[in-house]
Amino acid sequence: MSTSVATVEPATVSKAKRSVPSPADCLLRIEGLSKGFYLHETARTIQGCQDISLTVRPGEFVGITGRSGSGKSTILRSVYRTNLPQQGAIWYDSARFGPLDLLQAGSRQILYLRRFELGFISQFLHVLPRTTAYDRVLQSALEVAGPLGITRAEACAETENLLRHFNLTPDLWELYPLTFSGGEKLRLNIAAAMIKKPRLLLLDEPTASLDQSSKLKVRELIKQLKQQGCTMLGIFHDLEFMEGLCDREYNMHEGFMARKG
Amino acid sequence: MREAACFLDEAPFLTVEGISCSFGPGCAYCADDEADLERNRCPRCGTIHALRRVSLDVYPGEIVGIVGESGSGKSTLMRCICFDQQPSAGSVATPLVDGGTRNLLSCSPEQKRAIRNTVFGMVYQNPWLGLRMDFSALSNIAEQMIAAGNRNVEGMLARGRSLLEQVNIPLSRAADTPREFSGGMQQRVQIAKALSNNPPILLLDEVTTGLDLSVQATVLDLISTLRRELDVSMVVVSHDLAVIRMLAQRSSVMLDGRVIEHGLTDQILEDPQHRYTQQLVHSLL
Repeated sequence: MSTSVATVEPATVSKAKRSVPSPADCLLRIEGLSKGFYLHETARTIQGCQDISLTVRPGEFVGITGRSGSGKSTILRSVYRTNLPQQGAIWYDSARFGPLDLLQAGSRQILYLRRFELGFISQFLHVLPRTTAYDRVLQSALEVAGPLGITRAEACAETENLLRHFNLTPDLWELYPLTFSGGEKLRLNIAAAMIKKPRLLLLDEPTASLDQSSKLKVRELIKQLKQQGCTMLGIFHDLEFMEGLCDREYNMHEGFMARKG
Repeated sequence: MREAACFLDEAPFLTVEGISCSFGPGCAYCADDEADLERNRCPRCGTIHALRRVSLDVYPGEIVGIVGESGSGKSTLMRCICFDQQPSAGSVATPLVDGGTRNLLSCSPEQKRAIRNTVFGMVYQNPWLGLRMDFSALSNIAEQMIAAGNRNVEGMLARGRSLLEQVNIPLSRAADTPREFSGGMQQRVQIAKALSNNPPILLLDEVTTGLDLSVQATVLDLISTLRRELDVSMVVVSHDLAVIRMLAQRSSVMLDGRVIEHGLTDQILEDPQHRYTQQLVHSLL
């Protein structure tokens, strides 16, 4: 049996040639990103995305479109570092650390960024067990409250605001989200991510399973966040939804970037 | 607005470095850390290498998870950290003792006992190792405080009661012996005992294994609350990936006495790199 160490610390990531981008230009700059999933059992590599380059400037809303399986989520998950890409660079201009290649960042650094700067909203309806809807959003707010000098009362007020905004009425607040409908769970997850007002918000088809009125609510909030200067990189199937929100668009086809809009 | 507290200027709260622990005579062949073994057994002399150069960092207020199959060395690692087992090599340090310059493993037995009572709180998988089954729940907690030098009986009783309340043991049972408790209650008394001296570092070895789901949930919630409200740093050992996913943001995967993969928990679970981790994660689905 092989006892080689498969460390997921950045040291093993092969270094692609790179140049530090001017921080004023973009908040996120992906260069030549490739990610495949090697499965030992079948000795096969499943290709996620290949040679992806894209940029997101501060305050922009950039969309990624493409058929399912074309590698869109792989890109977002690589930025959030749930995936460990093999090649390329993901330059992110952090408020705390300055320009930083997320592929080379240590796991403690990534955890810091996830807490204070990066948000991720996925299409999956994962909820925390035995945490009430209200606590879920409040805990998320409190994660950033201390260091930002926000009081608990302010965090509570903001929690209530946001829950109301997403049509989660007070009678649901003290319930466990496990009993919620799909749409309610998703709106709760979105509220929990948005309350932190992340610097860069990654949206992985968050509206895929929502009804029209919920979609409009999400859209309204995205618009608000955008006005407040939040930068977003999102995957949406619903082109109508993107209309008027999206500044630029990238199209994916079979793991490659097909065209730039 | 104040500046966000920085994670990176912080030093680790617990540094475990290059711990090796073997059982057997050892030989020239297996003295080499990189020698090929049959799992963790030396093919020449039969020595069992329970741990081979295992390292681990825990930062303030962080929960670090350790997963791996039975026999991979998880419990031995915990026992080495809290001095139950003398490793053959390696060091354990915390800034709480001599500013982190001291290898705790080289301390005198008296110093180790003091550190054990005030710096570490250990919760064993088997409550029989952590509790005196024939002393009341309250005395078990008091014993730990006496060991740390506390002589104020009233204070200890009050503290004991409040701890039992915190872990949801009804005070009407405080005078009962753990022998009469259910497994979940025993585990919670053990946690209360481990917490009695406010240790900044908790070591939890398979605390939820063998408990039924609702009791498991209570214990897991208690652990999350402790981290959130008391900012306790923890090392949580479990073979249950769901437990690790819920509690730990960073984890290590152990196999045959080695750490084969470590990093962000969600990355290990969703994009596992090592063959064994892939097997482990795919068995979950």
